[in-house]
Amino acid sequence: MIKAVPKPLEEIIELIKDLHKVLVVGCDGCVTVCEAGGLKEVGVLSSSLRLNFTQANQRMEIDDTTLTRQCDKEYLDQLKDRIDAYDAVVSLACGCGVQYLVERYPDKVVYPGVDTCFMGVDLERGVYAERCQACGKCILADTGGICPIARCSKRMLNGPCGGSEKGKCEVNSEIDCGWHLIYERLKTLGQLDRFEHPVAPKDWATSRDGGPRKIVREDLRI
Amino acid sequence: MRLQYPSNIEIIKIPCSGKVDILHLLTAFEQGADGVIVAGCMEGDCHYQVGNLRARQRVQRVKEILDKVGLNGGRVEMFNLSAGMGTRFAEISREISARILELGPSPIKTAREKADRPIMEVAE
Repeated sequence: MIKAVPKPLEEIIELIKDLHKVLVVGCDGCVTVCEAGGLKEVGVLSSSLRLNFTQANQRMEIDDTTLTRQCDKEYLDQLKDRIDAYDAVVSLACGCGVQYLVERYPDKVVYPGVDTCFMGVDLERGVYAERCQACGKCILADTGGICPIARCSKRMLNGPCGGSEKGKCEVNSEIDCGWHLIYERLKTLGQLDRFEHPVAPKDWATSRDGGPRKIVREDLRI
Repeated sequence: MRLQYPSNIEIIKIPCSGKVDILHLLTAFEQGADGVIVAGCMEGDCHYQVGNLRARQRVQRVKEILDKVGLNGGRVEMFNLSAGMGTRFAEISREISARILELGPSPIKTAREKADRPIMEVAE
């Protein structure tokens, strides 16, 4: 899932300090799972903002709501009857949600309340790690199910490089060498011969090198 | 034991300090509480294993929030006590009550009272 972290409270205060009525909108999707922008975080942020502006004797009304998802029009539509009453919206959704909210309500000022980080997994509560960079052409079948694009600092297709030492990456000794992991995994699977056939250069057009991407699934369209 | 502790403290009973959420604490301050004490069981004695440890983390988070919003993190504190430590409870209550009195009334309460006060009173 998408992983995000809450923006510092002072940054959000600075964004809305000159306004009078703000709606904080959470998302029940990915940001709820990583505890950055779900119902609970929306409540904590709203309460903190109310405390801040009340103690400063500043007129400020903070309301909140949480949508099932902010990356779907159907759920964004649920705001249509109330959004006009607010000077601005603070969205705790990922970058996709914030932008889609802007597209749905082009006249409304929308501020991001979280920093969207990456697509990853939960190692444990509060510890998340990147696992996919959405390159658009999955090569996991060739690499023992461990992605060199996401897990090798250099995104090498034929690793490891000379910076791999005792299974760790030269960038940071806390980062596992992706290619070391792939080697160990292929050894377990008895597929070390994979290393005898270098992989051809990857077509990065399906990744960001092809510009902003779009999927059109004709089979799903009516 | 007939121990005396300050009468300005309102006790809210909960099954475990792990039940205390950040939102509960923030709501107390939003409603004008001058300070909040969270009293959990002794560390290692939690019947739910880590309830009191969770409470401590949440209290720490609320302290940080209160500092950022200009309310002073010293208004909230977590203590670990067993059911047999009445004397210590009274002692903590006095200590925190004194600290809060020194910090003064909650700015939230003061701001609310100011906002609720009529701009002009008309004599009948």
